[in-house]
Amino acid sequence: MRTHGTRLLLRAGLLTLLALGATFLLDPYRNYQLATSAGVFAAVAGLTLLVGLTGQLSLGHAVLMAAGGYGYALTATRVTEALEGTGAADGIVGWLVPLLAGVAGAVVAAGLLGTLLGLAAARLRGPYLTGLTLALVIALPSAAGIVPGLAGAQGVSAPFVPVPDALATLIAVEQWHAWLAILVTACAVTPLVALRSGRAGLRMRAVHDDETAARLAGIDPGRVKAGAFVISSLAAGLGGVVLAIATQQVSPGAYGLGFSLLLVVAAVVGGLGSLGGAALGAVLVTLLPWLVDQATAGLPADLGHRLQGNLEIVLFGVVVIVVTVLWPGGLARLVPKNTPLSQNTER
Amino acid sequence: MRTTRSTSRAGAAAVLGLTATTALSACSTPAAAEVPGITDDTVVIGTHQPLTGPAAAGFASISAATAAYFEYVNDQGGINGRQIEYVVKDDGYNPANTQTVVRELVQEDEVFAIVNGLGTPTHTSVLDYLDQNGVPDLFVASGSLTWDQPDEYPNTFGFNADYVTEGAALAQYARDTDPDAVVCVLGQDDDFGEGILEGVELVVGDGEVAQNQTYSTADQDVTAQLGAMKEAGCTHNVLGTINGFTALAVGTAAQMEWFPKWHVSSSGADHPTLVEYLGEEGAPALEGLVSVNYLPNSPSSDWYELFSRINDEYNDGAPYTGNTTYGMSVGYQFAEALAAAGENPTRESIVAAVESGELRGNGVAPLTYSADDHFAYRTVRIAVVTDGAQDFTDDAYEVSEAGATAVTPEETPLENEGIPAG
Repeated sequence: MRTHGTRLLLRAGLLTLLALGATFLLDPYRNYQLATSAGVFAAVAGLTLLVGLTGQLSLGHAVLMAAGGYGYALTATRVTEALEGTGAADGIVGWLVPLLAGVAGAVVAAGLLGTLLGLAAARLRGPYLTGLTLALVIALPSAAGIVPGLAGAQGVSAPFVPVPDALATLIAVEQWHAWLAILVTACAVTPLVALRSGRAGLRMRAVHDDETAARLAGIDPGRVKAGAFVISSLAAGLGGVVLAIATQQVSPGAYGLGFSLLLVVAAVVGGLGSLGGAALGAVLVTLLPWLVDQATAGLPADLGHRLQGNLEIVLFGVVVIVVTVLWPGGLARLVPKNTPLSQNTER
Repeated sequence: MRTTRSTSRAGAAAVLGLTATTALSACSTPAAAEVPGITDDTVVIGTHQPLTGPAAAGFASISAATAAYFEYVNDQGGINGRQIEYVVKDDGYNPANTQTVVRELVQEDEVFAIVNGLGTPTHTSVLDYLDQNGVPDLFVASGSLTWDQPDEYPNTFGFNADYVTEGAALAQYARDTDPDAVVCVLGQDDDFGEGILEGVELVVGDGEVAQNQTYSTADQDVTAQLGAMKEAGCTHNVLGTINGFTALAVGTAAQMEWFPKWHVSSSGADHPTLVEYLGEEGAPALEGLVSVNYLPNSPSSDWYELFSRINDEYNDGAPYTGNTTYGMSVGYQFAEALAAAGENPTRESIVAAVESGELRGNGVAPLTYSADDHFAYRTVRIAVVTDGAQDFTDDAYEVSEAGATAVTPEETPLENEGIPAG
């Protein structure tokens, strides 16, 4: 168990370093896209675990991301304001403390919402949970308008995290934000990997396969399902933090139904239950709209405008169909098996 | 197990390789470059506009008009010998998209400035980003007070008369035409609606608005709000609404057989656009609609005549609406600022040119920009729909903290065929 744990941390550390190094090869805009995909990856990783291992389908993960985002933005803003005027406002403390407090705020917000949903998830089966989460996404814009402090469609702004002085000459803002994004995402995804290959993962699979059998084996299906939902929510919440850091803004428009469904698309295309697949899926859903935009830029303005926003939805549909027909296990199956984790799912 | 180790080794090798490459190529490293977007013969500027989505029907024609004006200027030789290249990106009036497209404009297209980014919620989401990157953020298409914070956002300037000014003028006109007016407000649930309300309260007194209702753009139904306003006995409804929701409000009230006076912000009072929304049979409900404007949107103006010609020639003869006047006026104002920024404009020099107070614009009163005022207009003129045509009356109001005072409009005369001299 210990060796397994060390190996896992080592692997996580290596991948993180690799990703950090990769930011040097990218221009600022690409780094911004990398940060966005990292945020989406965290949420998709949580979702794919939930769907793949426990069989609970959530269409509302965008709302959990939003909860994380709002939690981060509101807490970090408060802390920044509290620090203002004190000697600590300048230098590293000035941004690090609000950042950490914000992450804590996000974990609390997403965790609370996730717990509520998880309690429902323990009692609801199949389409009813899906329906509940769907309703949540649709309610988000109205909720943001009604709940004081969330500022309606305009959203709330998150404090800007400046590049530390020591790095200012070396890297641009976008690269710095990509670093933060990678680190937060690593903190969100690594526990998922550990959970998935550990006892918790086994329990989740047992509940998914046959609840009665699991119960006979002494597993409480309700607790396992609720627990899985909470964990998945936390990952999504941290994804929301990443997006809030990169864009300094949280608004309901960013977490609409379309985006929520894209998270599911990313999980399905990547391969349900596969975290590597989740990464591929996240990159795909971030880059595809942009690629479509580039491709339609050359078209006559009128036709281009008509296609904008619509073509990518068609393309996503096509991608899902093609992937499920050709590789039912998702894109993750295209990559040769290389982790003990993906071997787990294969069995 | 074996596979795991080999991956780790491959990973380690990759990290080493990457670190090595890092030393050679640091693509993200900030570099002090020449002025972005400016060459000897071009100026590249960008904007974010709702070309799709809920706000598209009301505003998509603005950027087309601006682009047409720039084409006209380019055909006359450009400004200081430079052709203006206007990159328009669609954000669907969704702040999340705005953040993406504006980064694309600044980082990929390397624009010199963002001009006339449209919308309060949308543009607010990129305000900090533009400020951090030192990008001139000229003539934002919204009257939110947010744009007037010279200390925090030294490069951001509003284009519209601010909403407080508009709200105050609309309420004062209601008072002036009917001393017994029961003034109510329907506003968008953001800075737009709040600004209009603030202006109205400036005139009628704090908390003296008979009924204040708000709506969210996500919800295409204002029946409840109008029901409450009708119930409260409102006679004059001041609307802080975008075109689509002005039409919705007027149409919904007509269905309730309720015909109060409508006093509408310039952002949602473009008559041809409203007629398009309501259809020919709904159009009579717009009769007598009062609005304010600060641009020469009147057939009697020389500007209107010039812009109509440009519209026919460079905009495929698209229907001429208030958006056309608006879009071309934005174009003119930018051209004027660019010309004033000198032979070799820099991001600093164009901001300085706007702040110098020497720009006149083409509105109902000279521009009021200065180092500590980043708004264009403090004076607005009343326009009324009479017999299906919207035109100015002789009433204009200048708004200060003390309230709205009636003034005489003084339009900037058209010179040099609408091409600012360099």
